[in-house]
Amino acid sequence: MNNANLNSVVLITGASRGIGLYLTQYYLDKGYCVVGCSRSESTVSHTNYSHHCLDVSDEKAVKTLFSTIRKARKRLDILINNAGIASMNHALLTPLATVEKVFSTNVFASFLFCREAVKLMRKNGYGRIVNFSTVAVPFALEGEAIYAASKSAVESLTKILAKEFAEFGVTVNALGPTPILTDLIKNIPDDKLDKLLEKQSIKRFGKMTDVSNAIDFYIQPESEFITGQVLYLGGA
Amino acid sequence: MIAYQKILELIYSAIDELNAGNGDVSVTKEESTPLFGAASVLDSVDLVNLLLSVEELLEDELDIEFVIANEKALSQKNSPFKTIATLAQYLTEEINSL
Repeated sequence: MNNANLNSVVLITGASRGIGLYLTQYYLDKGYCVVGCSRSESTVSHTNYSHHCLDVSDEKAVKTLFSTIRKARKRLDILINNAGIASMNHALLTPLATVEKVFSTNVFASFLFCREAVKLMRKNGYGRIVNFSTVAVPFALEGEAIYAASKSAVESLTKILAKEFAEFGVTVNALGPTPILTDLIKNIPDDKLDKLLEKQSIKRFGKMTDVSNAIDFYIQPESEFITGQVLYLGGA
Repeated sequence: MIAYQKILELIYSAIDELNAGNGDVSVTKEESTPLFGAASVLDSVDLVNLLLSVEELLEDELDIEFVIANEKALSQKNSPFKTIATLAQYLTEEINSL
């Protein structure tokens, strides 16, 4: 455990499974106070962890979450906007309800968390926000029109919020992972995944440690001059 | 029922916080003080900080969660953020109608 991290508070959305669950454990092990949220309960039990069940696109619930963090922790140092859903289907077979759901979670919720996080971070004139994009954006993958479009919106959000939040001492960056073997891609056929890996410079699945390594770079205090960037893993 | 005077006190507390934290700005605690425009001493970031501090004080003092910069506030013909008085009036009306 790193004692330097003891007072730092990290908020992770989508914390109950996949990358979010891994990052929760990872930052707890590094000595951070971690606040997680997701629709479902968490399996994590740790003195430095608190979990909140909510719909990330529910403005009232999100506002209450941040109010709780402000009262209990008095600060927020890092936001990891990990919660996201995918829709892998041909555009002609994609219902509008799916489009709305994907944008609601991936774009609207990311914005909502960024906005509320900065309200807390401005107090200390310091903050790090990491949003999640995907290699499906630069690769313009067929069958991922809605997912990639939503993540393109996250990238624009990241670049503009970086400018708007700079005067509060808050950096905003995004990470674009390659496929990692999580629930998000469990329904994608193997041949599609193989074709995707072929597009990468380094042709393998991403690992959780690839993700935490890039996030560590963004959130370290020395990265105060790094903002508005999108980093794709695997050489997209 | 939350009185206009109570809201005004909260805004004045937020102004104290702003004045204490920013050596360049000294906002006068009077109802006629302009909050934006050419006559205001506040820049856009000061105004954002002021409104966010008022939001926090509403939560801490009155246990009310309210996003001040909401659709209604931003679409009004006469901005509620024009002066301290218009802000206090707007908040009093909105909070009492929650």
